[in-house]
Amino acid sequence: MNAGLVIATLLTLAVSTCDQMRHQPRYDYAEPSKLFADGTSLQAPPDGTIARDDPTWQAALTDRPPMTAALLARGRERFGIYCAVCHDLAGYGQGIVPSRGFPHPPSYHIDRLRNAPSSYLVDVITHGHGAMYSYADRVSPADRWAIAAYIRALQLSQDAPAASLTDDERAKLDGGGK
Amino acid sequence: MPQIFTASADTRLRTAALLLVAVFVVSLLFTAGFMNSTYLTSVGWVVTQPVPFSHEHHVGGLGLDCRYCHASVEVSAQASLPATHVCMTCHSQIWTGAPVLAPVRASLADNKPLHWQRVARLPDYVYFNHSIHISRGVPCVECHGRVDRMPLLARAKPFTMEFCLDCHRDPGPHLRPRDQVTRMDWSGWHEDPQFARKQLQAFGIQPDKLTNCYICHR
Ligand code: HEC
Ligand code: HEC
Ligand code: HEC
Ligand code: HEC
Ligand code: HEC
Ligand code: HEC
Repeated sequence: MNAGLVIATLLTLAVSTCDQMRHQPRYDYAEPSKLFADGTSLQAPPDGTIARDDPTWQAALTDRPPMTAALLARGRERFGIYCAVCHDLAGYGQGIVPSRGFPHPPSYHIDRLRNAPSSYLVDVITHGHGAMYSYADRVSPADRWAIAAYIRALQLSQDAPAASLTDDERAKLDGGGK
Repeated sequence: MPQIFTASADTRLRTAALLLVAVFVVSLLFTAGFMNSTYLTSVGWVVTQPVPFSHEHHVGGLGLDCRYCHASVEVSAQASLPATHVCMTCHSQIWTGAPVLAPVRASLADNKPLHWQRVARLPDYVYFNHSIHISRGVPCVECHGRVDRMPLLARAKPFTMEFCLDCHRDPGPHLRPRDQVTRMDWSGWHEDPQFARKQLQAFGIQPDKLTNCYICHR
């Protein structure tokens, strides 16, 4: 048999088994890249680009969704993920991160924030406030309204006049919550 | 006619044959061991990161939810790694002078993303999608292990085809309520023995279809 042919076949086999197509000529998420000056394939879109769903996204910022139980449940979950580490689950601003030296956020249960419209809460999430950064990159506009709705529920939970309760609830309250 | 074989030829032939078999068996065992070794599957190996970020501190200690940093895990194929300003939501105020965090501050100042070295990776010929697993209630811990106990992140499970198929053949017992997927230590599934069956039914999951090659190799 021709020796050259044997060597060529062996070489091809050797090369093909090296990588087994684990790395194909495309970029995976966050893969380093020599193509761009900053060395990563994670590139920000050029200035002035808008995504196809940006108008809907923007509209959702101004359109307040109707209050529903589902909205509150969603708000509660999102609040737990993004806000509770600082504002704590009840909204008094005693979360674990302030206990490690972060400035304490104000309690939600003060008159100024009780009287602030929900759109103000949405605005704080969108643009941040003082030491608090914006959460616009991680909380979608619809979710911002959901969180705002949940904060309203939290405020009510700490400030409901006893007279507004039903007799049943009053009885429970008098019984120490049993 | 002179004798071709000496008296000991038979013994020598037998020894050679035995040796050959032994070498074959040993090399087979070696290859098999190597294929399953953590050297190939990367299980338990940590890599050098630009910042020694500790999931143990941030998840186990502070109780941060995975989605605080891996925000797109529920809605897209990628879980995504946190942008620099996500670290800065806290580190703009605490540990502000710490030398370990210098690369983070430099990254924010120069507007250059941090280059995290990837730990959990599949070969390019495998298709994977986080959002479907999360929406069906497959918890992070099934695939990434007890991240909250890792000072430096290492792969907890071998991402072999066998690993994926073991669950795809019978996903029921691995599922959890949707709102518990990021919990690392949840074990309340025994409260409802019918839970697995109900989940499979509710989502219309058909295990016999989940092992088709095209599910993962598209
Ligand atoms: C890293 C800690 C942290 C997280 C997480 C956080 N906040 Fe804050 N928040 C603060 C601090 C600190 C302030 C006070 C800022 C100041 O006055 O400088 C604040 C203030 C506020 C205020 C009051 C603004 C005012 O007028 O005084 C609202 C409302 C608020 N946060 C809502 C939220 C919501 C909603 C989330 C979740 C999406 C959230 N915060 C997450 C730290 C945090
Ligand atoms: C929700 C607030 C928060 C976020 C977000 C956060 N950290 Fe931290 N980080 C802390 C706190 C609090 C400590 C101090 C730990 C302690 O006291 O136990 C810390 C400590 C650290 C340390 C010191 C070493 C250690 O683990 O104790 C490093 C390094 C660090 N963080 C890196 C990061 C990086 C990188 C990111 C972004 C991916 C990040 N952190 C995001 C709150 C945060
Ligand atoms: C404070 C932000 C933060 C939180 C919270 C967080 N992570 Fe991470 N995660 C990171 C950073 C930064 C990296 C990249 C550095 C590294 O690999 O350690 C990472 C890497 C990972 C990786 C490896 C990805 C790869 O391929 O390199 C996995 C898996 C992971 N995280 C899972 C989780 C899980 C599960 C949780 C919730 C229990 C969680 N993370 C919570 C910041 C966070
Ligand atoms: C069914 C198994 C499975 C589950 C459940 C799972 N992951 Fe992953 N994860 C993977 C695989 C496989 C990869 C590697 C993907 C690749 O290389 O394409 C990965 C990659 C990652 C990465 C690296 C970045 C990226 O987007 O590829 C992060 C971060 C991560 N996972 C976090 C999480 C978190 C947080 C959860 C829970 C909310 C979770 N994962 C649930 C299997 C899983
Ligand atoms: C712990 C269980 C579990 C593990 C481990 C697991 N999966 Fe899955 N996977 C599921 C479930 C449950 C579904 C949802 C099936 C459905 O809804 O029909 C799914 C769905 C998928 C789908 C989408 C199927 C479709 O219909 O399009 C892909 C792709 C996939 N898995 C890939 C993988 C890969 C690759 C791995 C290994 C890295 C893996 N999975 C590991 C449980 C698992
Ligand atoms: C649940 C997801 C899943 C399904 C279904 C699946 N595979 Fe795979 N396959 C994988 C993963 C993950 C790997 C990568 C293993 C590794 O990195 O070692 C892989 C690797 C492979 C490889 C390369 C092995 C190697 O060592 O290089 C072949 C060939 C393959 N699969 C064939 C198939 C065939 C044929 C089927 C259908 C019978 C199939 N796969 C179905 C997930 C899957």
